[in-house]
Amino acid sequence: MQRSIFGAFGRIALALLLAAGLAACNDSGGGPGGSGSAGGSASTESTGDGGSSGAGGSGDAGAAESAGAADAGSGGSAGDVILIGHYASMTGKEATFGQSTDNGIRLALEEVNAAGGVNGKQLKLITYDDKGESKEAGSAVTRLITSDKVVAVLGEVASSLSIAGGAVCEQYSVPMISPSSTNPRVTAGKQMVFRVCFIDPFQAAAIAKFTTENLKLTKAAILYDQTQAYSKGLRDDFTASFTKMGGTIVADQAYNGGDTDFSAQLTTIKAANPEIIFVPGYYTEGGNIAIQARKLGITVPLIGGDGWDSSQLPAIGGEAIEGCYYSNHSAPDQPNMKEFVEKYRAKYGATPDALGGLGYDALMVLVDAMKRAKSLGGKDLAAAIAATKDFKGVTGTITIDADHNAQKGVVIVQIRNGSPVFVAAVDPSEG
Amino acid sequence: MDAIAVGSLYALIALGYTMVYGILKFINFAHSDVFVLGAWLSFVGAGIAGLDPAREASIGPWVFWVLAALWAAAGIAAVYELVLRPALSRRLDRRLPAPRWHLNLSLVAAWGSIAVGVLHLAKGAASAGFGFAAGGIILLLAMMVCGLTGFCIERLTYKPLRRAPRLNVLITAIGVSLLLQNIGQLNWMFGTRPDRMPTLLPEAELFTIGTAVRVRLVDVMVVGTAVVLMVVLDWLVFRTKIGRAMRAVSFSPPNASLMGINVDRVISFTFVLGAMLAAAAGFLFSQKYPGLNQTAASGWVLLGLKAFVAAVIGGIGNIRGAMLGGLLIGLLEFFVAQYLPDGASLRDIFVFGALIVVLLFKPSGVLGKSATEKV
Repeated sequence: MQRSIFGAFGRIALALLLAAGLAACNDSGGGPGGSGSAGGSASTESTGDGGSSGAGGSGDAGAAESAGAADAGSGGSAGDVILIGHYASMTGKEATFGQSTDNGIRLALEEVNAAGGVNGKQLKLITYDDKGESKEAGSAVTRLITSDKVVAVLGEVASSLSIAGGAVCEQYSVPMISPSSTNPRVTAGKQMVFRVCFIDPFQAAAIAKFTTENLKLTKAAILYDQTQAYSKGLRDDFTASFTKMGGTIVADQAYNGGDTDFSAQLTTIKAANPEIIFVPGYYTEGGNIAIQARKLGITVPLIGGDGWDSSQLPAIGGEAIEGCYYSNHSAPDQPNMKEFVEKYRAKYGATPDALGGLGYDALMVLVDAMKRAKSLGGKDLAAAIAATKDFKGVTGTITIDADHNAQKGVVIVQIRNGSPVFVAAVDPSEG
Repeated sequence: MDAIAVGSLYALIALGYTMVYGILKFINFAHSDVFVLGAWLSFVGAGIAGLDPAREASIGPWVFWVLAALWAAAGIAAVYELVLRPALSRRLDRRLPAPRWHLNLSLVAAWGSIAVGVLHLAKGAASAGFGFAAGGIILLLAMMVCGLTGFCIERLTYKPLRRAPRLNVLITAIGVSLLLQNIGQLNWMFGTRPDRMPTLLPEAELFTIGTAVRVRLVDVMVVGTAVVLMVVLDWLVFRTKIGRAMRAVSFSPPNASLMGINVDRVISFTFVLGAMLAAAAGFLFSQKYPGLNQTAASGWVLLGLKAFVAAVIGGIGNIRGAMLGGLLIGLLEFFVAQYLPDGASLRDIFVFGALIVVLLFKPSGVLGKSATEKV
């Protein structure tokens, strides 16, 4: 038999496959900036020094780079840079969450470094992709702490992943700030874990209050993701608050994250004749559920939580999602967001979602704490973060309370002409 | 109606699993990723052809450059073969190897050029107000590109392992699956953001039976297309020469080879066929469920797994069994979701439970013939 050139091609392809497979199993392959292969999780490092990362032009960039390289072995706070870790879903089902947050953090990082850094040292961010999977989140944080020796960790968006990463931070006594995980269990009983956003019972109460008081609706149906701690928590809290405020839950249906067909649940919901449907899930399912609800002839509005916050929600939902509401940390058309929105647009060419703002705030709160902390050791830094009071962030004024949560208001937005528009600010603790 | 539509999609995917198993006796785990590729290619194709209102029509310049590069490579190979090789062989006094791959390259280039032509056709159809026909053209396009992908996967990864133990091939298949999932996530491919497939098949409701059964045009067309494809496949396998060759190879590759059948070509053909069916399923799926998730999302994996279950339930290696299995799984899933309390969240349990039941009581599947394994 004649041997074709494909024999050689095959071997090369196999080698590639093997590399991809290895990288997918455990992203130990490749040095800094070298593991951009198809299968590997993307790890990016940037010194973020004012965007001067061009080809060896300024001596400054070169110096920062070599300092970073020399530093990698010896530890986070030694040398001239302070290493900060970020684990996020840069790829995967909730990829826009991780990407927006990372953009926000990098924007803040650039500003801090341009203003002289922290105590004369430049900050450096190391981001690892967890692909939206909790086992990956755990190993990403372990790697950040044990091998990169970061002084603090930022992340995650999804609560289940923050719980996984938080456990590791707790074990190694490294402080962690979650920009936007809202499930109470993320910080409950933790010494080292903080967040710069509100928690779900608060958010759910705000949604319930908005529904009963602003929209004056009393019959709600629920369709939630039973595989997500976030979704289940919101559903439980909403049910409690809504019934307390005089509403009734006429249908309570569940789906599994990743499902594509919701027609059975929606048929049941339609038969129950609700005035509004509460869908506490993430944006991909939110958009799909809206499409299928409209196909079944359901015309009542849908209302979601902050998991709906993505530019892809109107992109997927299209006309089906028009007029639907969701609760959020901030709205891009709020006055206090204006400056941030402009800066973000100038750098990334897109309107930031709330996650970008929260990422920005998470780093700024950390920097503020670093400046006040006695040292950058885990315990001292955590104490400084815990003492954060009336910090003016772009998503609102942040005060870390005794449970390590931020006390902030909830904003309700509505999708109009394909973009979220501010409708109301709701504080469930009043009245 | 949903059940039958989704069932026929499972059947289309299951056919690919079952055909490959029938011939090579291994499970092509990368098959469900070809299905995903089909769905995303339909999306990209529709975008390029200007069928997506959210996107500007463009035949991206990269398409041109890729094609140009392929044609150039094919040209260089031709020059080498026709001019350089004879000349150099004479001078060096030994025969240089023939570039057998230039034929394949020309094939790729030609295939790609046809695809671009087809896209222009879709654009024309859309601007002339035949969104309907445009849908069909996008379907053909996705099938062509996926057919090519299937061919390449087989040639580059499975063929070199033809004589390796079956386990090696199986693991390679998992590797190919991971590779496809992760390449799909790259920004210059489909990226990581979920997106919405534009509606190409009309959604109009035709009629309703009672209150629960709504028959929509899109469902009818999904089922119709699937049935047409399956009839064509059936004809191909049971009534044509290449079909007879496929069945012969499935029966015994060495014997088929002795009878003058080019086994490698039959295997390639099978892969192309399976991939094209998967692509068709991908396109139809994207019409039924327009919110497309990124290529590595768990939902896709689950769909592929269910199609695999359908293939096993129908009797793996049996083409008509796969069609039946797909329908059975679709019906089971939707009836459970609709009529059992809390069934919607338990549907997967029933699907995989059915697999266990079938494996326990009739391991060769509903339509499979029971054969004792020869060792």
